[in-house]
Amino acid sequence: MTLAQTFRTGDTPLPNIIILTHKLTRAYDMGGEVVRALQGVSVQIHKNEYVAVMGPSGSGKSTLMNLIGCLDTPTSGEYWLNGQKVSDLDDDELARIRNKEIGFVFQTFNLLPRASALHNVELPLIYAGAGARERRARAARALERVGLGDRMEHRPNELSGGQRQRVAIARALVNDPSILLADEPTGNLDSTTSGEIMAVFRDLHRQGQTIVMVTHEHDIAAHAARVVTLRDGLIASDQLQAA
Amino acid sequence: MPVFEALRLALQTIRTQKLKSGFSLLGVFIGVASLIGAWSIVNGVNRYMTEKFAQTLFGVNTFQLRRRPMFTPNVPDSVWRAWARRPRIRFSDAEALTAGFTVPVVTAWQSSENNTVTYRDKTARDIELTAASERYFEIKNLRVAIGRAFTSQENRSGAAVAVLGDAVAQRLFVDRSPLDRSVRIAGTAYRVIGVVERQGSILGFPLDRFVVVPALSPAQNLVNPPGILDAFLVKAQSEPEMRLAMDQAEGIMRSRRHLRPRQDDNFALDTSEGVQRFWAGISRILVVVLPGVVLVSLVIGGIVIMNIMLMAVAERTREIGLRKSLGARRRDVLRQFLAESAAIATVGAAFGVVAGIGLTLLIGAASPLPASLSPVSIVLGVVMGAGVGVVAGVYPASRAARLDPIAALRQE
Repeated sequence: MTLAQTFRTGDTPLPNIIILTHKLTRAYDMGGEVVRALQGVSVQIHKNEYVAVMGPSGSGKSTLMNLIGCLDTPTSGEYWLNGQKVSDLDDDELARIRNKEIGFVFQTFNLLPRASALHNVELPLIYAGAGARERRARAARALERVGLGDRMEHRPNELSGGQRQRVAIARALVNDPSILLADEPTGNLDSTTSGEIMAVFRDLHRQGQTIVMVTHEHDIAAHAARVVTLRDGLIASDQLQAA
Repeated sequence: MPVFEALRLALQTIRTQKLKSGFSLLGVFIGVASLIGAWSIVNGVNRYMTEKFAQTLFGVNTFQLRRRPMFTPNVPDSVWRAWARRPRIRFSDAEALTAGFTVPVVTAWQSSENNTVTYRDKTARDIELTAASERYFEIKNLRVAIGRAFTSQENRSGAAVAVLGDAVAQRLFVDRSPLDRSVRIAGTAYRVIGVVERQGSILGFPLDRFVVVPALSPAQNLVNPPGILDAFLVKAQSEPEMRLAMDQAEGIMRSRRHLRPRQDDNFALDTSEGVQRFWAGISRILVVVLPGVVLVSLVIGGIVIMNIMLMAVAERTREIGLRKSLGARRRDVLRQFLAESAAIATVGAAFGVVAGIGLTLLIGAASPLPASLSPVSIVLGVVMGAGVGVVAGVYPASRAARLDPIAALRQE
């Protein structure tokens, strides 16, 4: 790890650090019993990094993913996203951050079944308050970026698994987010299609996109430039690897 | 999310889930349709009362001197007994009034009783036999379609002539001409000299089952004791002149009956306003009862919509989680589901309006009730329908808005 900032509470991250967590913890109250899913995770991710988060189930990688994705708030610690401290924002402010800064790609695609590919991609722009014409134009561009320029009016059930995931990626990209956050993006795909999706990720990374991908598959994690491994709510290893 | 987006989404959901939406809008549909239908009846009868009944049947600028008021809602027995003890209106009263008026008026005598009219082997029962003076036709707006009305000479001499109502003529003569035929009323022969134009019916009561004979004809003993009148009809040329004539009639009657200043009138001066007041009393009851019925169906409609919306929220938990992860705020989700339930209710209300209009036309065409569509009821129906949707949507929508995105996304 080069260029890591020595961060103390009260500091501000350097401008090229997109994600910075500082002693992040998250505890759940499970019927009286406190489960400490994260026990102090400090990680820094720079602009245009491609990071895989690995770890066995129960290691806290989903919890970290939810925190990084601003779907959840930490019990303690700090989380800075793109120069803004988001660990103490309220619900509606977090919604705005998710809308502007984060592009989600889910294992199960999570497309609206009755809406066209184009409309699915437009969704984040609706919540951003963009006008109808701008939405259509930007959604179309995002679909072209993932190679689905000719499938815009298709519904999800008229698309293959790989195509569906590419629609989801287009949706994640349409707001030009700071990070692309992928949760087991190939979990529901066969190996050939998984390869296609990884190729899309590689291209996006080359174009300058910061990508954080949660996976438990080593050969998928191998596509990333850096692998962070969690164990028992702590970082067990953090390694750069040859592309 | 802009309101327009929310509405578009709502309509799309309704389109894709036609059956479910159809059931959920049924309650509002019925509520609004019955509101408009019932309102049309009240409105129609209102107009009928003010326009047709008051203006035509009772007569414009007309009042009637009677022993007691003709149309009275909910009279206590004691009042009724007091009315029954009042002296009756006499021929001499009518003559004194006719002589006493200083404003130009048209007057007529009237006494009526049900009787039977026969022609050869044909019989018409339950016919309103009216003994009246010659201006009766003019005051009552009864146009003679065939033949003529009787003259004042015939009236004074008590000629045995009769003018038939349309239904009586039809019953006794079918399609032959009744003119100059001889009909019998209680054994006396009357020569038919005219038939009155068809009057139709009011609220289901036929208006053509009558026979009019001269006030002094032999039939006078069938309708009242000698020298007694049911009503003395007075038609003035204008409203103020009618008021003046009423004052004069009251003064003359009070002096004829030797009433002291503190004593109340022991006779009634009825105007068409009295009839309208009677109807207003009835319609006020309807106006109280009607919203109750409508309210019940709207409340049921609201509960149905609320349940359907709760189901929709449960079914679409994942979608809500997704929308939240893509940046939907609480108020966006709230607005989406509120718009959906309001849209369902409004569509229901719109169908209800169409059905209500259809119902109105049907009632107007197929029943004796006059129905007249009121624009107010349409506006009210749509507003109430949409309002029900919004109110019913609040709870499901706020539940959707409060969902935790992580849990919602995990939901299968």
